[in-house]
Amino acid sequence: MNQGKNNVNLLHKNFLHSRTIEKRWVRFYQLLIFLLFFSGWEFSSQQRWIDPLLFSSPSKIWVLFLKKIQDGSLLSNLSVTLTETIFGFILGTLLGTLLAALLWWSPMFSKIIDPYLVVLNAMPKVALGPILIVALGPGYPSIIAMGAIISIIITTIVVYTSFKEVDPNYLKVLQTFGATRFQCFKEAILPASFPTIISTLKVNVGLSWVGVIVGEFLVSSKGLGYFIIYGFQVFNFTLVFLSLMVIAVVATIMYQLVELLEKKLIKE
Amino acid sequence: MSFLAIKDVHHTYFTKASATTALSEITIQVEEGEFVSFLGPSGCGKTTLLSIIAGLIKPTQGTILLENKPLSGIKNQIGYMLQQDYLFPWKTIEENILLGLKLSKQLNDTTKLAALDLLKQMGLSGIEKQLPKQLSGGMRQRAALVRTLATEPKLLMLDEPFSALDYQTKLKLEDLVSKTLDTFGKTAILVTHDIGEAIAMSDRVVLFSPSPGRIHKVFEMPGELKQLSPFNARNHEAFSSIFQTIWKELDSLEPREE
Repeated sequence: MNQGKNNVNLLHKNFLHSRTIEKRWVRFYQLLIFLLFFSGWEFSSQQRWIDPLLFSSPSKIWVLFLKKIQDGSLLSNLSVTLTETIFGFILGTLLGTLLAALLWWSPMFSKIIDPYLVVLNAMPKVALGPILIVALGPGYPSIIAMGAIISIIITTIVVYTSFKEVDPNYLKVLQTFGATRFQCFKEAILPASFPTIISTLKVNVGLSWVGVIVGEFLVSSKGLGYFIIYGFQVFNFTLVFLSLMVIAVVATIMYQLVELLEKKLIKE
Repeated sequence: MSFLAIKDVHHTYFTKASATTALSEITIQVEEGEFVSFLGPSGCGKTTLLSIIAGLIKPTQGTILLENKPLSGIKNQIGYMLQQDYLFPWKTIEENILLGLKLSKQLNDTTKLAALDLLKQMGLSGIEKQLPKQLSGGMRQRAALVRTLATEPKLLMLDEPFSALDYQTKLKLEDLVSKTLDTFGKTAILVTHDIGEAIAMSDRVVLFSPSPGRIHKVFEMPGELKQLSPFNARNHEAFSSIFQTIWKELDSLEPREE
């Protein structure tokens, strides 16, 4: 029997070992793809297989990165874009949830507004950019508005659906205690939909980046979107690629942070 | 005058395609401290009637008087227990059982202590800070009972509260609920499709016939069964003969297949 137990321990050890090995291989290939991509890019640029003026090269981007860090322009522009994005997606999620609450509150209002929601949802929001700039002026407000408007309607629809899907028996419990509609919302509807709201937060992070970058394309005075459009206009594609890389890294970090927040909040 | 008087209640559900009469000519009186069961096949409007008594639905016709007063306007006189516990999963047990008090603004130190004490009496001590998912089905249903009783309702409605539990837990809980209701002298209405449960728990069994829901027959339980706890009542010799009688009546209600 003792031997049998040892055997199980051994098998478990082997299992763990094979898991570790598999993990290492996965990491190895991930790293390999990364290295191959960037070294291939660098090499073909130096060999002039691709036009270095258009496609730049990792080494040039790195040099520009160091330069832009030193003169402080990268960080200042990044912080502009980051602030706009954070405001955009928080505003978008909050307003979307608020609108969903309004729809839930008044079924009549929800019926009236339904076709408008469908139209607004189907419409590409970035097309509203020029109008926002005219209305709010070429600055932070219109760019944040872009970041928010792109996610409001979809948030409203998703959150409202989740409000409606809350088990009516929870409401029945509250109603037998004589709860008002507001109490029903506060005690059952909102907390039950909390996981949905958090997961829209995750989607909205991505959407807000789109809205903010497009907004900066249009306003063209500050931010990473401005870097991209400026680099494009003066044919400095190293600047374009640098901005793209920074956006990719920062957007990923932001997404991971929201995911972390989700895990923390849903756990309890 | 009776404690609860249901007078000539009709109820019809309207949909786009049809108007379905769920209840027709329902007249019942329930005395204070009495335990009445509504028994019947599915679709006979038992739950509809319970919702009407609880004031969740307004009947198309008829009146309901609780202590000679119409239902509208009275709050928290009626406790309602559902088929499942419906404890809020994001609230601790303590928050759950105090919910009714909080909503009706009766929450103070006295009522809070009373509710926590009731929880102990139900054999649930030391779990106040736990979440519902950490408890077993039977424990959750007991906590739900505490939540319902905490507001001290005059009338308790039980809508198949044991149907989602395993048999052993169900028998234990029947005894517990019966004992608790006796102790507090509560009036209760139980909706069930389980004949045995209806006989074991109640003083009176009201048999409903379906489409539209009507009162088919009322059975008064013999005195010796009323005295016994539900578990002992099930083992009493009178139990099986009543079971047979109700069974035959229930069977006669089924639409015959020719």
